[in-house]
Parts: sequence; structure tokens; C-alpha cells
Amino acid sequence: MSIHHHLDAASLMRYAAGDLDPAFAVVVASHIAMCDECRQAVRLAEAVGGACLSDMPEAALSDGSFTRLSRMIDAAPDTATKRRPVEATPANDPDGDVPLPLSSLIGGSLDDVPWRLVVPGVYRHKIELADTSSSLFMLKIGSGRKMPEHGHGGTEMTLILRGSYSDSMGRFGPGDVADLDEHVEHQPVVDSDDPCICLVATEEPTRFKGIVSRLMQPLVGI
Amino acid sequence: PGPNTDQARHEALITAVADNRDKSAFESLFVRFGPRIKGMMLGSGAGEDLAEDLMQEVMLTVWRKAALYAPERGSVSTWIFTIARNARIDRLRRQPVQPFVDVETVSIASDAPSAESEMIAGQHGEIVRAALQKLPQEQRDVIDLAFNQFMPQSEIAKKLNLPIGTVKSRTRLAYKKLKENLEDLR
Ligand SMILES: [Zn+2]
Ligand SMILES: [Zn+2]
Repeated sequence: MSIHHHLDAASLMRYAAGDLDPAFAVVVASHIAMCDECRQAVRLAEAVGGACLSDMPEAALSDGSFTRLSRMIDAAPDTATKRRPVEATPANDPDGDVPLPLSSLIGGSLDDVPWRLVVPGVYRHKIELADTSSSLFMLKIGSGRKMPEHGHGGTEMTLILRGSYSDSMGRFGPGDVADLDEHVEHQPVVDSDDPCICLVATEEPTRFKGIVSRLMQPLVGI
Repeated sequence: PGPNTDQARHEALITAVADNRDKSAFESLFVRFGPRIKGMMLGSGAGEDLAEDLMQEVMLTVWRKAALYAPERGSVSTWIFTIARNARIDRLRRQPVQPFVDVETVSIASDAPSAESEMIAGQHGEIVRAALQKLPQEQRDVIDLAFNQFMPQSEIAKKLNLPIGTVKSRTRLAYKKLKENLEDLR
């Protein structure tokens, strides 16, 4: 898979520090399951955490702390994880294009997503998550369709899973991620023959420009 | 890394725990990391009891999952940091931190040693710490709050009295600088 659009370094660092909202964490995790470059980058960001842990001043433990832990270990059956497999197994379902972190939420196939039509040519599937003030959803947009031009009330992260679209930032195909902050305005146009399917996290409802777009917004809900 | 580095010692301890269920090796890891994990939890605003409890949970995971530690992915302290991060998020949320766990599974399955992963493996404690030292103070401050105290970006902005965009760009610059420093140090 050749990936041209990657995660912003600030997003990688926030992911590594555990500071991304669950909706965005799913998109980041899905991209890094597909992208070697960003996976290595997350490793580096996590190494910052490791260095910080090494340099951490020691806090006093409670009395008998290790003894208590040791008793817990002895009392429970040893549920040790077996040594990791040496053989490489594919990161994704070989038949599907659903990255593993997403498959636990929508299943293993993009063909089984329970789409709901929002406007002609645009389908949406909302993914319910706890503990988030953001939205996570999937979009399926027909060939040649435009998304309304919109600014962002907050950050927006889009991962392409199938098909492609183009906007002022370039062409986005499978594996590419658009990691955009609130100041960006863009108008993606699907340029693949097949519909474009993507996973989207948004911080706040995306604002569409123009009256028709505004009328459409409650329908699309993005 | 030579046999005398922290990383080499920690790796040997983890291996003893994974292969031999060696309690005294585990105790050495506990002595080294337990107080530091608890320090991080306290720094992130957990009370004494919760910090102690989370620390015990993290070390229990280290005991149980020692066999999953993969040196080509990073140092032992980095691995333990990610366990601590996940334990903390798990405690705050109603839904477990599935995305992180899933990605760890992916990485375990698909990582073949490469020049790139050798480089990551080389990023053990000392080198990353040295690279961090060389960051400009204003970038270092943002990193410290995010990683030492698990402070959300929005709170960092408030605490440092900066627009959130500035916190974001300092984080971005810190990452870039860190990467450059690491390449210089190699
Ligand atoms: Zn990437
Ligand atoms: Zn957008």
C-alpha cells in the first residue's frame, strides 16, 4: 500500500501520551495498523514516555507493597501470556480492507456496514463510543460526488479505506489520512470509479457553508 | 547496547520473568519501576490510594505479559510506560482502550526486524534522554506536562497561558527536533 498522507506529529505525540479522544484514537490506531512509517513514528513518541518514566522521581510506595502484589500473583492462576508468535501474521484481514482496530467496532468487512442514506449518493454509519464528546462515523460517497465545502468547528481526521477523493490538499486513497485542524476548509470530490469509503472523527459538528449545505447539515450530521 | 546498560539489565530481567516466572527478577523490576510509575500517577492528579493501586495493576500486567515484550519495538521502560498509559486511560473510561491493545497485537504480528526497527531498538533510555535534553526549554515544558503528568493539551494551554495552537505547534516542533537529535546521536 503506498500511503502519501500521514498523521500530524502533534497527533502522534498526543496518541502516545494517551491524550487523544477515543474517536480520534480509533482513527490513529487504524492508520498506524496500515502504515509502517507512522507506526515507527509512534514508537519514537512512546520512547519519549519511556525516557520520562526513567527520569521520574521515585514516589514512596505503601508498606508491604511488593508483598501484597506477590500474594495477588500467587493467589491467581498464572495467566501468563504465551510468547508472541514468531511467524508474521497479516496485520489486516487478508480478504478485507478493515484495519484491526476498526474491525472490533464494525466487523471485518466493508461490505457489511449497515449504511443509512443521508442524501442521494451519500451514506453514513455512526459508530457509537463511550467517553467521547467527538463523533466517529463512516461515510460512503458515490463516484463524482462532492462533499459540501466546509470549515471545521474543530479538528477532523479522515482515513480512506476504499476508493479515493481529491481536494485542495491532494489526492487521498486507501490508507491515506487527512489530519486537519479547525482552520482548514476543503471540498473533497470522489474521483474513484467506486464509492469512496472513509472513517471520520470530528471534534465538533462540521460547519457547511451556504444555505443548501446548511439545510443538509442536520441530515448528514457531520 | 553493552551488557551494562539499564536496557540490557532490564531486558534480562524481563526475559527471566517471561521464561522462568522468576519472582526475584520481577522484584528487581518492581523496585526500579514501581516508585516511578506511582510518581507519574500522582503527578497526573491521582490520589495516594489510586496511584498505588494503578501502579500495582501496571506491575501485575508486566508479570502477566512479560512474554509480549518485544525489544525491537523499544526499551523496557517504553513498554512499561505504554502499560501505565493504558491502565490510566482504562480507569478513566467506561470503555476499555481497545485501539491501543489492537495496535499492539498488529505490531507484534507484523513487525519484522528492519533497519528502521533496529534504529528504534537503538533508541534506548540514554539516547532518547540525551535527545530530550537538547530540546529548547519551551518545547521541553510541553513534553514534560504531556508525558510526565498525562496532562491534556487543553490543560497544558491553560497552565502555560498559551493558545492551544501554540501548544500544538511546540509539540510538533519537539517531535521533529527529537527525530533530528536522534539521527545526530546515532
Ligand atoms: Zn502514516
Ligand atoms: Zn473536512
